[in-house]
Amino acid sequence: MSEQFEPVIVGFTCNWCSYRAADTAGTARVKYAPNVRLIRLMCSGRLDPTFVMKALAGGADGVLITGCHPGDCHYIEQNYKALRRFLLLRRTLAGLGVEPGRIKLIWASAAEGLKLAHEINQFVEEVRALGPLNWPKWNDQPAEIDAVKEVA
Amino acid sequence: MATTNRITIDPITRLEGHGKIDIFLDGNGDVANSYFQIPELRGFERFCVGRPVEEMPLLTNRICGVCPEAHHMAAAKAADAAYHVDPPRTAKMLRELLYMGFYATDHTTHFYALAGPDFIMGPDAPVAERNILGVIHKVGLEIGGKVIQMRKYGHTVVEMIGGRKVHPATAIPGGITKILSEEERKQIEEMGHWAIDFAQFTLQAFKDIVLSNKTYLDLILGDIYTHHTYYMGLVDANNKVNFYDGKVRVVDPDGKEFVKYEPKDYAKHIAEHVEPWTYLKFPYLKNVGWKGFVDGKDSGVYMATPLSRLNASDGMATPRAQAAYEEFYATLGGKPVHQRLATHWARLIELLYAAEHWVELATDPEITSPHVHTVPTEKPTEGVGIVEAPRGTLTHHYTTDERGLLTKVNLIVGTTNNYAPIQMSTNKAARHLIKGGKATEGLLNMVEMAFRVYDPCFGCATHSLPGQMPLEVTIHNQDGEVTEVIKQFID
Amino acid sequence: MSNKPKFAMYWAASCGGCEIAVLNIHEKILDVDANFDVVFWPVAMDAKYKDVEEMEDKSILLTLFNGSMRNDENEKIAHLMRRKSQILVSFGSCATEGCVPGLANLFPVNEIMDVAFHTVTTDNPNNILPQTSFEVPEGTLHLPTMNSRVKTLAQVVDVDYYMPGCPPESHQIAAVVDLVIQVLQGKAQLPPKGSVIGAGNSTVCDECPRARNVKMIKAFHRIQEVAPLDPTLCILEQGVPCNGPATRSGCNARCPRVGAQCIGCYGPAEGVLDYGARLVTAFASVVDAKEPAEIESILDGIPDPTGQFYRFNLADSLMRASTSNWKKNGH
Repeated sequence: MSEQFEPVIVGFTCNWCSYRAADTAGTARVKYAPNVRLIRLMCSGRLDPTFVMKALAGGADGVLITGCHPGDCHYIEQNYKALRRFLLLRRTLAGLGVEPGRIKLIWASAAEGLKLAHEINQFVEEVRALGPLNWPKWNDQPAEIDAVKEVA
Repeated sequence: MATTNRITIDPITRLEGHGKIDIFLDGNGDVANSYFQIPELRGFERFCVGRPVEEMPLLTNRICGVCPEAHHMAAAKAADAAYHVDPPRTAKMLRELLYMGFYATDHTTHFYALAGPDFIMGPDAPVAERNILGVIHKVGLEIGGKVIQMRKYGHTVVEMIGGRKVHPATAIPGGITKILSEEERKQIEEMGHWAIDFAQFTLQAFKDIVLSNKTYLDLILGDIYTHHTYYMGLVDANNKVNFYDGKVRVVDPDGKEFVKYEPKDYAKHIAEHVEPWTYLKFPYLKNVGWKGFVDGKDSGVYMATPLSRLNASDGMATPRAQAAYEEFYATLGGKPVHQRLATHWARLIELLYAAEHWVELATDPEITSPHVHTVPTEKPTEGVGIVEAPRGTLTHHYTTDERGLLTKVNLIVGTTNNYAPIQMSTNKAARHLIKGGKATEGLLNMVEMAFRVYDPCFGCATHSLPGQMPLEVTIHNQDGEVTEVIKQFID
Repeated sequence: MSNKPKFAMYWAASCGGCEIAVLNIHEKILDVDANFDVVFWPVAMDAKYKDVEEMEDKSILLTLFNGSMRNDENEKIAHLMRRKSQILVSFGSCATEGCVPGLANLFPVNEIMDVAFHTVTTDNPNNILPQTSFEVPEGTLHLPTMNSRVKTLAQVVDVDYYMPGCPPESHQIAAVVDLVIQVLQGKAQLPPKGSVIGAGNSTVCDECPRARNVKMIKAFHRIQEVAPLDPTLCILEQGVPCNGPATRSGCNARCPRVGAQCIGCYGPAEGVLDYGARLVTAFASVVDAKEPAEIESILDGIPDPTGQFYRFNLADSLMRASTSNWKKNGH
């Protein structure tokens, strides 16, 4: 029996809404897939696209970004920045062959623990269907090669 | 005496990129065959697919940092054609003015730093003197300073109109992004007058030193560097040489017009032959056919160089250059001229034309007009842009989707046109000089001269010692042991 | 035998523009000649690989190495020059980040060759491709093997300094020549190993004379749709994608000065880990819309974001190559 592929997913969650939603899910003992490693940002607007690329190049199969609903951002409008960055980043990554379905942006309020759990589970299945990404670990150790002596 | 079987010349320098020659000998030690290999490929025709067409003047600059201006213009014209847009007259003039500044610089550095030593010092001069310093001692110390000045002036024109000296930035589909100020125009005009004087001085120096020397004249007219092939060049409506625009005209080895085609029809006339021992292809005339690396009317091999351009045209479009053109053919016995060394002389006639046309453009009343761009109104489809690069006819062919992203790219680059002639010229020189397994000192210089005449996309150095082709010829016997090593300019 | 320190300049997979940029320091080249022995510079003088091989290790004081690692010959010479040089400078965009030919990393390497040898004018009915080893009647001919992807110099050997730019501007090269001569004369110190030299610490925007305001972009334009631009106002603000905000300063913002957008040839600004990611942030931040549909419509104005953001430095980015390149080639 073959082992099922377990996607590795990095989740960037904003402190005020979605991180608390994850807390709420926990407190209510709502189960959700353990594939997501959560990283707390103060705001979804803190999301630098570099984080996403580092995650994918570093071995993640998918990246989840969560933030407050439009209009509810604790810092007023920064979740709109996150939205715009996410949309442009997704297009850029598509040009590198990363399927658009590997990164997702979800809005969730602090009270929506159940919803967030459901979204996480769904995303894990979506990434599972896409399969592992396995971005290469580029080996840059400059190795002396005997061929140098052949140069002459 | 050991029988030798292989001579390798590696690497060749003063070539944009890298190259090497392998010469194989038969049982008698005579040349069985030789191969001029190009060992690199970067793949512009693939990775430009998916890019927006307006980026091509910028991306294709990076094909060659010696003649990016040529790619910049060919790309802009191909993009114009793809968008079915005609740039305003001022935009075309500005592009052409940038181009004349570039041509003057490029032809100058090739002649003085690379070709000059062969010509001005002559074939019998000691090898240690066959370099730019020898040239300077012979013609005067002022010359070095003037060559630097001409390079500066030409590049200043490029920078003023294109933004930078290397990899200009301003040509876009529909025109150009730069408006020339009156102050800039005045400066450019002044430099242009100086350039005309410099070009005339250079031509005179060539006549005084080279043409008046019988030994050298004999070398130019001799057989070793002579090939009878077709000749190609861009011509204007009056069949005069034009570097920036016009139709491509090809004449046969007898000088008769074989075909004159518009850029959009290039694929009906040019095909490229493939050999598995090199990364570069060999263009040839499709309607004559590929018959191998041979001369003659039945062989599709053609040349595209300053000599070809003069052969393929009916004259030069500016008065002083026209007079020089007439003198050229009168001296060499009529059209077409097949002796390849005469290319160096033809290059100086083009230098004069570039300088004269530079002043014509700089003094045109519309050159400072703000009307430098026409916004395209049609959706882009497909287009071909052709210019004359200093080294030969340059063709860019783009196919785009309706957003203007490239779906297909075909490039036939200047020196590529001459790849078969280069292969043939080095082969002929090698056969002539290597007999009975012995390679002479003469081989080294003569092989250099055989391919250097094509100005293989690079020839530039100011004060240090160019023209000293580092060549090491290693001769192996049939057991693979080294029997002789002949070095030139290698301590 | 001269006592002057030795100097070398070499080109790997390059276009020759870096060589021209060096020669465009004009009279200053005489300072190079006065202070150094030029021992290896294939474009300009007489020396071969054999001569370099015979030199003692570390006997060349300074080598300017331009061009990327496209094939195995490029890598061999990189190792050779590293062994023979005390100071190895990654010179220009190709060596430092791969430059435009690094875009080949968006495709598998066999497609690079397939396309080149099957263009519309190529006569190749027998599907001939170049062979790294080929038997002709007279013997065997060899060609270098192309790497599966374009690599930078630092991805192959240990590099001491980086000079960015495509090419590095001549006034910057002249400044570096002056600095090195001063170091030789004991009047100055070399910067710490690994530094970027011959360039600024800020972004191109800092050197750009155009006026900048708060940007609220309602549409991105292709330059041919709106040229010529208002010469006094920021190019990005006029809706034309300009990479100035993430690009290292040092070039004097030449391209914006003549009405053309910055395309990023000087590479990432100080402190930028991934150049493309930084540009995604910069451009997304100025989009003036909140609804996803409207945002997407505005972003449609940048039809090739991957090329726009990684034009010069794909080979040195966090992700380095597309899946189509590394899946086909292995890594």
